[in-house]
Amino acid sequence: MISGAAVLLWGVAALLGTAVLAIASSHGSGSGTRLIYSLTLGISAAVLLVLASRIADDPVTPSTVALPLGLPWIGAHFRLDALSTFFLVVVDFGGAMASLYGLGYGRHESAPHRVLPFFPTFLAGMNLVVLADDAFTFLLSWEFMSLASWALVMAHHREQDNARAGYIYLVMASFGTLALLLAFGLLAGPSGNYTFEAMRAAASTPLVAAFVLALMLLGAGSKAGLIPLHIWLPLAHPAAPSHVSALMSGVMTKVAIYGFIRVIFDLLGEPAWWSGVVVLFLGGLTAVLGILYALMEKDLKRLLAYSTIENVGVIFVSLGLALAFKANAMPSAAALALTAALFHVLNHSFFKSLLFFGAGAVLTATGERDMEKLGGLIHRMPLTSFAFLVGCVAISALPPFNGFVSEWLAFQAVLQSPDLPQWGLKVMVPAVGGLLALSAALAAACFVKAFGITFLGRPRTSAVERAHEVDRYSLAAMFTLAGFCLLAGILPGLVIDGLSPVTLSLVGSRMPVQMAQPWLSIVPIAESRSSYNGLLVFLFIAVSASFAAFVIHRFASHALRRGPAWGCGFPDVTPAAQYTSVSFAQPIRRVFGTFAFRAREKVELPAPGETGPARLTVEIHDVIWETFYLPIGRAIDFATDHLNHLQFLTIRRYLTLVFLFLIVLLLVLALWP
Amino acid sequence: MALILELAVQGAQMMLVLLLAPLLTGFVRKVKARLLRRQGPSLIQPYRDLLRLMRKEVVLADNASWLFRVTPYLIFAATWVAAALIPTFATGLTFSWTADLIAIVALLGSARFCLALAGMDVGTSFGGIGSSREVMIASLAEPAMLLIVFSLALVAGATQLSTVAAFMGSPQVGLRVSLGMSLIALVMVAVAENARIPVDNPSTHLELTMVHEAMVLEYSGRHLAMIEFAAFLKLLLYVSLISCVFLPWGLAGVGAGPKSLALGAVAYLGKLALCGILLALFETAIAKMRVFRVPDFLGAALMLALLGTLLLFVSRSL
Repeated sequence: MISGAAVLLWGVAALLGTAVLAIASSHGSGSGTRLIYSLTLGISAAVLLVLASRIADDPVTPSTVALPLGLPWIGAHFRLDALSTFFLVVVDFGGAMASLYGLGYGRHESAPHRVLPFFPTFLAGMNLVVLADDAFTFLLSWEFMSLASWALVMAHHREQDNARAGYIYLVMASFGTLALLLAFGLLAGPSGNYTFEAMRAAASTPLVAAFVLALMLLGAGSKAGLIPLHIWLPLAHPAAPSHVSALMSGVMTKVAIYGFIRVIFDLLGEPAWWSGVVVLFLGGLTAVLGILYALMEKDLKRLLAYSTIENVGVIFVSLGLALAFKANAMPSAAALALTAALFHVLNHSFFKSLLFFGAGAVLTATGERDMEKLGGLIHRMPLTSFAFLVGCVAISALPPFNGFVSEWLAFQAVLQSPDLPQWGLKVMVPAVGGLLALSAALAAACFVKAFGITFLGRPRTSAVERAHEVDRYSLAAMFTLAGFCLLAGILPGLVIDGLSPVTLSLVGSRMPVQMAQPWLSIVPIAESRSSYNGLLVFLFIAVSASFAAFVIHRFASHALRRGPAWGCGFPDVTPAAQYTSVSFAQPIRRVFGTFAFRAREKVELPAPGETGPARLTVEIHDVIWETFYLPIGRAIDFATDHLNHLQFLTIRRYLTLVFLFLIVLLLVLALWP
Repeated sequence: MALILELAVQGAQMMLVLLLAPLLTGFVRKVKARLLRRQGPSLIQPYRDLLRLMRKEVVLADNASWLFRVTPYLIFAATWVAAALIPTFATGLTFSWTADLIAIVALLGSARFCLALAGMDVGTSFGGIGSSREVMIASLAEPAMLLIVFSLALVAGATQLSTVAAFMGSPQVGLRVSLGMSLIALVMVAVAENARIPVDNPSTHLELTMVHEAMVLEYSGRHLAMIEFAAFLKLLLYVSLISCVFLPWGLAGVGAGPKSLALGAVAYLGKLALCGILLALFETAIAKMRVFRVPDFLGAALMLALLGTLLLFVSRSL
């Protein structure tokens, strides 16, 4: 019998075969598109079935495969354990949904030959990263995944800004891989054993561990979108076709988080307590700044990309808590925090894919991503808007949907932290808890804006008036995801129990069995301390809302008359007088923006008696771009300008330079201790 | 048999909050009027208003969507469920473990999310202004509220409201700085969340300072009745929350007999009256503040709550 990992490698091979097929067939019309997405859907579904049988059967025992590929004396190692099983579920479920959506959405693709070959390749790359069990295979797959997604970002390379997005993505991805390369080099040590097995066995000194943590935060963090390494993400994710945006935001960031967890929790051994402080700080900062950026955004897809950054921050906060608890030998609290992080990974892959699909549907129907040109779509696209609304409620961490459960678990983990002995953590954790709460509240504000400006109100342009509901494949993908958002929200015990093998293997403990609780509620520690029952909350709301509606319609009035909007009696003739995305965010910009974005408002009034218009100018700075990246860019420009002289020297000078360099090298060799 | 009794107590609690909520609002209005030397409307005027609104036909804006018609019921239901989960006269009710304090706060968040969306549905500028200000207020009030919950949870060792109330009623609480800060912050948040003076004026119309009323401007008839009812319930919820955590005396415990239940009910009415009078006094004594002073007000609440939590992290006995 072949092992689980081998079956999954066959799945990867099938995906790569699909990619080859796509190169051959994608110049044709719709049939090629349908074939490729059907194949990827089928392969992802098959892989999911294999994983499901594994979870049901025995998720703990690792299954390994070594192939004679890659470097000759190392080979390529693959391994399927509890952690990679969970992340493969996320990857392949996202892949299946994106394929289903692509069946409909892909028909509108103007350049299918730029998308179809890379889509299965990208899926294969992500699968390989999660399966890899040695540094070489991991890095190779990581680069493979990065390049495939880069090609997808560049699919519409002639559109404005996409080339710049692709360029910045490429630079940041190379930088991230360099950091990972160094991290694995440190982990492998002087003996240079590149298998994860050997790294797990080797103990690293505190200094090496500190460097590995920093390098992983740079490498995996830049791919996941940790601030201040996030700058490529809001450019690149929206530039790709929408189902690829969904994969990049919903799934690829999770693969980066997988890399971080694999190295820090699994390979590195016991963490130092301050590593929790660093991760908590970065996570809290990322969560709040990410959502503030999203609030300032008026491009729907970029808003979603910034919100991804926020969610990555939330996940890193939980991971930081788990690290702190693990370092202080509090395994059950660590299990709670890690469960919160992994649950949020799953949740975010559900609702972020759903929201990107919705944004793609809006893009197909109207050709617009700018919210200021949309509005009133709820009348034209009722089904899409319903599914998008579910995603908005779920991502805003509101009960009874899934986003709330993982936030709730994270808050419960925060409440475990007064027992931590170190002062740094004691001060950090409540502050980060506050940041987490702030980011949840701001997320709700952000998604009221996203849904309200895009789907509610009156149409702002004629593009909206021509809009129609999208095809049934896209709708099927969106409604499946919306269903999962609700399911994971009302039956969270299933997910928590499913995560227990992962927490057992990484922090040596697990949360109590949840499905055995009466009424399917979730109880992190004890019922007298805290419990939440999504199912009953959902039922209570549904029953009391229907009860109220029934009583009123039965015993009171059910008369209804349509009339013009009241609006305090002011005739609001033009839709341009509605609140826009920018004006909606104005109060929050005034509260937080002066600090976070150095936002300024300038009002120019005409002199008394003049009839010219008054003008309001809003000035917003991307502080991180201006303080970190622009100086680096300028320094590189400066250096290259000056080094440019070296290209125009005479042969004598070149020979002198070579000679001098040789002497310097010899001196270094001679003086090296 | 015991289960039936427990269910009956739980049902009584749900009906009790529903019946008392308009009375509390009527009471606060009456006290405010008396403080201003006015006769004021009768105590049962809110009930009459609700009945009148329910009997009227709904005038719906031409471009209102299904969302606009569904949200009043959802807002009402979410607020009702949240209010029913707060111990009023007895702790440890059958379904009290359904949602802890964090979930109750989040349920109110769900109601607010719906209301803010409904405000934007018709596409008038008043709706937009109301929604955008509401989410700004919420973005500060919600974290403050959660930090208050953290403080309470750290003191009592639980986020379960019944456990918190039982702990606060026990002698081991003592006098704590952090609890004092939480109380002040909680009152500030409650004032903001219920759109009371000085944050918002519940009796204003046609002013650019209004927040809550601007969002519900397009509502009429039974829809408006549901939203008004939800607002009454929310006021009752916050008053119940403050009194069950900070005035926990008289609460009937788990499995209490009818006598202590009755005592709990009487004590609860007394607490409602006390809080109502205090609220009316506060509102009469203070002026409404500009919208962009509200962040300072709520920021102070946020900082107080954070300070309270930090103190508890420093020492569990503070």
